[in-house]
Amino acid sequence: MSFEFIWAKIMLRILNLEAGYGALRVLKGISLHVSQGEAVTLIGANGAGKTTLLKTIAGILRPRCGMILLNKQPIETMSAERIVRRGCALVPEGRHIFSTLTVRENLILGAFVHWSRNRRKEIDQVLEEVYSLFGILRDRQAQLAGTLSGGQQQMLAIGRALMSRPRLLIMDEPSLGVAPLVVKDIFNTISILKSKGLTILLVEQNARAALAVADRGYVMETGQIVLEGTNHELADNPEVQRAYLGKEYQRIDE
Amino acid sequence: MKQTIIYNPKCERIARDELAQLQIEKLQSTLNRVYRNVDFYRTTFDAHRVNLETVKDLSRMMELPFTTRQDLQKSYPYDMFAMPLRDIIRIHSATGTTGAPIVAGYTRNDLRNWTECTARLLASAGVCEHDVVQIALNYSLYPGTFGFHQGVEHLGASVIPASLTTSVEKQIVIMRDFKSTVLISTPSHAVTLAAGLENLRVHPERLQLRLGIFGGEPLDECRRQQLQERFHLTATAMYSINEILGPGVAGECVEHSGLHINEDHFLVEIIDPVTLRAVKAGEEGELVLTTLTHEGFPLIRYRTGDRTRILPEPCRCGRTFLRMANVTARTDDLIFFQGMGIFPSQIEKILYEVDITRPDYRIVLDQEAGQDTMELRVSISDKVQSLDQLKILENLRKQITQRITAVFDVAIRVSFVEPQTLQESGTGIRVCDLRRSR
Repeated sequence: MSFEFIWAKIMLRILNLEAGYGALRVLKGISLHVSQGEAVTLIGANGAGKTTLLKTIAGILRPRCGMILLNKQPIETMSAERIVRRGCALVPEGRHIFSTLTVRENLILGAFVHWSRNRRKEIDQVLEEVYSLFGILRDRQAQLAGTLSGGQQQMLAIGRALMSRPRLLIMDEPSLGVAPLVVKDIFNTISILKSKGLTILLVEQNARAALAVADRGYVMETGQIVLEGTNHELADNPEVQRAYLGKEYQRIDE
Repeated sequence: MKQTIIYNPKCERIARDELAQLQIEKLQSTLNRVYRNVDFYRTTFDAHRVNLETVKDLSRMMELPFTTRQDLQKSYPYDMFAMPLRDIIRIHSATGTTGAPIVAGYTRNDLRNWTECTARLLASAGVCEHDVVQIALNYSLYPGTFGFHQGVEHLGASVIPASLTTSVEKQIVIMRDFKSTVLISTPSHAVTLAAGLENLRVHPERLQLRLGIFGGEPLDECRRQQLQERFHLTATAMYSINEILGPGVAGECVEHSGLHINEDHFLVEIIDPVTLRAVKAGEEGELVLTTLTHEGFPLIRYRTGDRTRILPEPCRCGRTFLRMANVTARTDDLIFFQGMGIFPSQIEKILYEVDITRPDYRIVLDQEAGQDTMELRVSISDKVQSLDQLKILENLRKQITQRITAVFDVAIRVSFVEPQTLQESGTGIRVCDLRRSR
């Protein structure tokens, strides 16, 4: 029992969000929030609409209706680059790095919102922070990004997002297509970022690892949220265990 | 000494706007889940042409249909469960009602949340880890006792599961020798214990009791006074719904000015029981409850039958959860007797069963030597001609007494009266409660 507590401030607040592609309705009224300093995970099967939700938050996709507030400011009609300026950066699924540019160039591009001649020093400082987080990127800074391994590319994608100095980092499947050993590194990095005070929204297939690092989580099914809870609650929920944690029961009646 | 620890400040002092966001999220996910998992809700929502996607804010909740006690009875035993039985780790039920009992299931998370909710309310009432808490409630199918038990343990106080199975004398000996500091009971059983104190000539000053937490029945101000004087303790009200959730929904903090609702787990509405519309802010009406976190047994707009009102002003204790007024009345004719809820219609059914063709009766509740008593006065109608003989009458009386005792597990006195004596107090009035007037 502790007496000290912080008034949890809502950083990202989404209400009744609907979005889709053409005639296809993917998000059917999503409400969720991420408080300051919190790590929230979104778990769900393929096609549940997780990536669509992240794209809509990041401004890549326009919502059909609903509200997205970033620090109490509506962002649902803003362009993607303005949302980055507001402090919200996305690490896209499949990394999307510029493979013909060097590692360093990729990272510098991530800082485009701060780019100007007299802020060069500042950018170098952020670059240094990213290098200290991912030592391998420093070693490979002159190498072409396309020649990196999957795990290194993922680190590069995270590092690039961090270059914009976001307050809210959104990650889409950072462990996808990455060797198991490197997955561990990536999740370690996420906990380090969280302990540094960064607010994180994480979409993951690897529910076990995601719930271990997150404070809270949502479960999404066919465009709707069906469960919300703390990481412990979700990890103890039998439906989550069966569907996402791979815990199978032996059926007695079979 | 009005200081207590806020058990979970992050939740209990949550900013109202954050709470509103949390509530709508949990409501929407609960609705999505019950629609997928519970046949009853799917058919009811479809029958009422409810489109769940239109529930975009809490005010739109009013478009959803109610859940009633009858609905829960019809779903006997497991039809309302939102989880398969293998995921349920506790089953509670309200026995002793005629018709099907209500069965509720709890998953691991449900038990954890329930325990947390009760612990919060106990802490807000003033229970702390140094307390020795005597639970004078029956350990049975009813959820109430276990809710309290878990909550007390969770707080780290010492639990004495004294229950009601031992005699009143033994319970008092435990209270004295074990140095109980907190008594958890129903108001009516506490009155019985108080009478026991007098019989055993144990002065309340010889006990360590400082706090009484009373649930299961309404604790009106007169009862509260009575208990505080007779035990030399502070009496605190805890709201509990006997048939489903037990304690954990709402309870008084040390300010004793309304019961804080655990709003992150329950959504409350107050409706007019006749028009079924929401009452104006602060007006009295029927309490309607929606669970926000229950996995095993979610309830959408459950009509509790309890009359209360919402107190919108913030509380001095610093909790941001809304308060509701102490529940002292019902919208129906449910009688609270020795921690049980009894409907007069249930008594009537028993009378039918023992072959009284047109039962005319009065239930008289009174107090005797500090204990609640229930008397059933049945009029012998003219049609029962064969009842002339005293022996047959006596047999019938025994039969009724036995039936009622068997079904409700309470002591009742049955007497036969002439039809006129019942009519004197007016027709249509089934219950005469003299307990409060003393």
